[in-house]
Amino acid sequence: MAGRLLARGMIAGVLAACLAFVFARVFGEPQVDLAIAFEAARNAAAGMAPEPEIVSRSMQASFGLLTAAVMYGAAYGGVFAIVFALAYGRVGRLSARALALLLAGAGFLTFVLIPDLKYPPNPPSVGLPATIGLRTATYFEMIVLSVCVMAVSVLAGQRLVQQLGRWNGIVCAAGLFVVLTALVQCGLPDISEVPEDFPAVVLWRFREAAIGMQIVLWGALGLIFGPLAETALASSGSRRHRLG
Amino acid sequence: MNYSFSHSIPVAPARPDAIPLRALVPWAVFGLILSALLLYFVGAEQGAVSLVSGHAVHEFVHDGRHLLGFPCH
Repeated sequence: MAGRLLARGMIAGVLAACLAFVFARVFGEPQVDLAIAFEAARNAAAGMAPEPEIVSRSMQASFGLLTAAVMYGAAYGGVFAIVFALAYGRVGRLSARALALLLAGAGFLTFVLIPDLKYPPNPPSVGLPATIGLRTATYFEMIVLSVCVMAVSVLAGQRLVQQLGRWNGIVCAAGLFVVLTALVQCGLPDISEVPEDFPAVVLWRFREAAIGMQIVLWGALGLIFGPLAETALASSGSRRHRLG
Repeated sequence: MNYSFSHSIPVAPARPDAIPLRALVPWAVFGLILSALLLYFVGAEQGAVSLVSGHAVHEFVHDGRHLLGFPCH
């Protein structure tokens, strides 16, 4: 059963990524192009030769973007399915569809929104090449810590619900989640490398598009995976009944 | 007060059977390794660390890397 759920999770992730690609293509790519134009103008003003194009812009903006999105969607679709398989039947009495939607929201919060509040997505020309090692390390650390904060809050939340009742328990667990997130984010180094004259509107629109792409991805992942998981679980249930 | 919450959320008729941990763990390990590998190639290869020489992988997934929120350049 776990293997079938994993396969369906990755399939749902790939389909969701195709929708996210369309969103990113329409809303994200214009901002990427503006940022690259800014970079080219700045380099030209400094008398530097333009960077050689190893992969053409149209390739990056089409098949490159689609490939990246699909790999990302398959990866998080797999993680999502494993968490679903673990939570199903252990977290309340939610149906497969409702649980899938709830977990998609939690996944977006844990893997995207909380890390992005500390280290937001940046368009080309924002970020110094010299600090790529530090930026990559702190970004992945932030994701790992975000997962830990979510896990601690959920486990504590289950205790709190038993002691304080459902409403008060969930509110207290949410408060704990906010406090732990703030502590973790204060503990990690700040990185601010936006060039002084970089257009604020392009930065804002780029980040809107990046977050929007993730909302499409995670929303579609939850909605597509729910029915797929339901049929997988139902067929195994009926088989068990026939056998037993 | 107790009834209002449970009626607004679709719940299974009975608590569904959980998948036993023993059946779950091998698939979880396999899935997490596969996912980590995929995320590595989208998010970090030929950036901070590099297994394949050159810049072709980085340049091909360049736009995705930026828009998906990974550090780039």
